[in-house]
Amino acid sequence: MSSLAVQGMEKRRKTWTWVYFLLPSVAIMLVFFIYPILLTVFYSFTNLALTGEAAKDLQFVGLDNYTRMFEDPTVRTSIWNTLVFLIGSAVIGQQVLGFLIALFMKHRNKWFRRVIGTIVLAGWVTPEIVCALCLYSFFGDEGTLNAILQSFGMSEVTWLYTVPMITIILANIWHGTAFSMLVFQAALDDVPSEIEEAAIVDGASKWQVLMRVTIPYIKETITTNMMLVTLQTLGVFGLIYAMTGGGPGTSTTTLPIFMYNQAFVNYQLGYGTAISLLLLFIGIILSLFYIRSMKE
Amino acid sequence: MSAKQRKWIFQILPYSILALIGVCFLLPLLWVLVASVDTNAMQSLKTPTHLTGNNYVDVLTNKDNQRAFLIGLFMSGGQAVLVVILGLLAAYPLSRYQLKYKKPFMLTILFMTSLPITAVMVPVYQLFLSLKLYNNIFGVILFFVASAMPYGIWMLKNFMDSVPSELEEAAWIDGASVFVGIRKVVAPLMIPGICTVAIFTFSGSWGNFFVPYILLQSPENFPASLKIYQFFGQYGMADYGKLAAFSVMYAIPSVMLYILSQRFMSKGFGMQGGMKG
Repeated sequence: MSSLAVQGMEKRRKTWTWVYFLLPSVAIMLVFFIYPILLTVFYSFTNLALTGEAAKDLQFVGLDNYTRMFEDPTVRTSIWNTLVFLIGSAVIGQQVLGFLIALFMKHRNKWFRRVIGTIVLAGWVTPEIVCALCLYSFFGDEGTLNAILQSFGMSEVTWLYTVPMITIILANIWHGTAFSMLVFQAALDDVPSEIEEAAIVDGASKWQVLMRVTIPYIKETITTNMMLVTLQTLGVFGLIYAMTGGGPGTSTTTLPIFMYNQAFVNYQLGYGTAISLLLLFIGIILSLFYIRSMKE
Repeated sequence: MSAKQRKWIFQILPYSILALIGVCFLLPLLWVLVASVDTNAMQSLKTPTHLTGNNYVDVLTNKDNQRAFLIGLFMSGGQAVLVVILGLLAAYPLSRYQLKYKKPFMLTILFMTSLPITAVMVPVYQLFLSLKLYNNIFGVILFFVASAMPYGIWMLKNFMDSVPSELEEAAWIDGASVFVGIRKVVAPLMIPGICTVAIFTFSGSWGNFFVPYILLQSPENFPASLKIYQFFGQYGMADYGKLAAFSVMYAIPSVMLYILSQRFMSKGFGMQGGMKG
């Protein structure tokens, strides 16, 4: 009898009941996630606008948004800014700094590790708008950095105006490094100490051990982390928007900021979605690489 | 340089580099903490003129701020609950049944966890206008649920895989239905996993600025993340003390939840699960 009950369940679970289980979550993802992605493609070929004639009368404009995009010098600037921001804050900044912190922390005093680890983590746990505020006031004209310079008798610098890109890169490093630090700490702990010791016995220097043994051993973690951090950085909006608003001029206008300005400040939704699609396209390529690295 | 000196330098160097990094990371954070208890806070870090709790009192007693905090809690809490419930339901057949397209489905889910949400916000805005969900708190919750669903399903499916199905079968023999089995047997054994998913979804949306900024219009619907931005623009330059106090208050749930999540993440921090910061 009892085994019959189980068999009955087994039978039922193999039929179509799974549809009920998956339906609610799949439906909500279809409506609010997949459908908007398809809409992005659709709208990018239209003149969709929030105000004016085009708002009432949606028309296909073919590749107009795209030709406009490739002729628009601000798009080129935004792509360039996005690349600088990605490479500076994600690929180099968070990865290298996160790795170095994790490496230096290994075998250090426990108490010291704790303090430094907590400080770096605090920047990660803090919501992005608060990060923007903290770093805005740090780099502000009368901010902490200038106060420090002054106390050393150096002249003040208007950081947010003269080197705005550097300030947002540093802000994103401040906000994001802990993630890479945690990932690399876990990865470095998994490197068997025997193989590192064996290399030292064979006469390798510390530098050689790092380059020839440790880094090759955690190569996959580095690739996966790189994809994840880049994907996260690609979508950064609030941090930049609250710190510099994309300015002065267009000097910190990355693709998300440019997309926002086109769609919601200039009310050109069609053009805005064409830019979204560019962003999405970069994201999709990176995601595919990320999945490939996870599958292995 | 003698060998002894060199060895000493190599001992001390990592400590000094780490200490320097620590100070650089600490200074911006210290400012917000110190300014929040200063009667006369400035843009730069300084010792407080007088210590005060008034900044916090002022922020907390303001009706609009209370409202913003409650809306934020409601939105993130509602999202977390829905993601867990719908995620558990979806995870069940993915974990227990032999489905034909399970593998491509899970890969699609993993793929979706890493897509930048920022890129779909313009069409989502248009969609919200046509569905009459624009400026609606519940609409924002629905979008938050959809955007966190892939992560929730992926994590909960992996957690569910580690719950042995024999326990559930024992419950069936005692006459329990599949749903009762999930609720009474499977879910209780997945508490650490459920908490991890709930905490990460909650803090994700609690700290999110862009989504409510696009989808909400009237200030009375603003959650804490938008209120603080508004505050930044309105009084930021004039009143750093209150702004800092507001920021600290707003950051507290994220910090508390992170500390809490450490208790549930027994395996420590790994790449498995496509964690998002």
